[in-house]
Amino acid sequence: MGRKATETLVGVFVLLGMIAVVFLALKAANLASFSTGPTYALTAKFDNIGGLKVRAPVKSAGVTVGRVTAIALDPQSFQGLVTIELDSRVQFPADTSAKILTSGLLGDQYIGLEPGGADKNLAGGDQIKMTQSAVVLENLIGQFLYNKAAEGGDKK
Amino acid sequence: MTAAEFLPMLGRRALEVMRGLGHSAFFFVELLKNVPSALKRFFLVIAQVHAIGNYSLVIIAASGLAVGFVLALQGYYTLSRYGAAESLGLLVALSLVRELGPVVTGLLFAGRAGTSLTAEIGLMKAGEQLAAMEMMAVDPKSRVLAPRFVAGIISMPLLAAIFSAVGITGGYVVGVLMIGIDPGAFWSQMQSGVDVWDDVGNGIIKSVVFGVACTFVALYQGYEAEATPEGVAQATTRTVVISSLAVLGLDFVLTALMFSTPR
Repeated sequence: MGRKATETLVGVFVLLGMIAVVFLALKAANLASFSTGPTYALTAKFDNIGGLKVRAPVKSAGVTVGRVTAIALDPQSFQGLVTIELDSRVQFPADTSAKILTSGLLGDQYIGLEPGGADKNLAGGDQIKMTQSAVVLENLIGQFLYNKAAEGGDKK
Repeated sequence: MTAAEFLPMLGRRALEVMRGLGHSAFFFVELLKNVPSALKRFFLVIAQVHAIGNYSLVIIAASGLAVGFVLALQGYYTLSRYGAAESLGLLVALSLVRELGPVVTGLLFAGRAGTSLTAEIGLMKAGEQLAAMEMMAVDPKSRVLAPRFVAGIISMPLLAAIFSAVGITGGYVVGVLMIGIDPGAFWSQMQSGVDVWDDVGNGIIKSVVFGVACTFVALYQGYEAEATPEGVAQATTRTVVISSLAVLGLDFVLTALMFSTPR
């Protein structure tokens, strides 16, 4: 086999490999939905972040507008300090509230933003004041049992 | 066996193992030194990519398809019990991209390409072709070994990517076309769970590491083979055993480093 034929066949092989990589990146993974545009960072403090993880989505009205970039414990207030990066094209009013929600019954946790009505917008580095913690199942069950016990006590 | 016999034997074995490791490490450094000269004569590398990569294509694609089929069938069986059959695409893609793609390709690569490299070089040595090259002042390491080394490192990630892509297609065929999962859910669950850098990128890094390991083992065994038919046969067997164990061991280490913290 001549060198030209070998080179052509190797070219076909390399091309197939590259098509496979592109397929994995675009069709199997989420490269296409990556926003590379400018972002701005906000922080929010939660009493309990539950199972929230770095890179979890930040959604408003169900639409993904950003991602969680860092999670730390605030040493003064002992609250979870969550840093999120939002797409610069979306601006939120200063009295926006943040909730930690769960997608589906057992799904991953994400941050839901509910815009308020203030005239001023949140700028980079600002903190979201109004937050609602993740629902922790154990606390919920504990509360339920406590209420039941209290009801039982009233009847007697 | 008395202690007087046992201790020297243990010591001799330990020294042999250490000597072997040191010897192969020097060989590895020599190989790396010769990589630039192989890159200068790139047509040699291309001929080897043809021998290593192109000829492995069919077995890689066939295995990928089979693994994708089985993953989809078995995954559906388990997931449907929890009413999470839509996550089948995610299960298939993550398993393939992170683990099965690089590992199974590495094992097949050791069996398909590694053995042929060892046998070829072992026979070259047995036929004194390598010695003849040295007589003509041609370094066999840069003329014979280095192009094969580079070609192995180039071929392995491409083969692993093809394996994963074909496997995902196989999962699609079984999951969507045969079982009847919603195609939109199949792809969207996959895209929301598979990360380009963390999953696909790390899978490619893994396959590059396996490519280096398998090709190195194959070349070393061939070059150090005893120059007899029996010696070449033993070296070929050792290539498969050592490269397979190396792939499995390295995979554990790499997985622990890359994916140990759940996101």
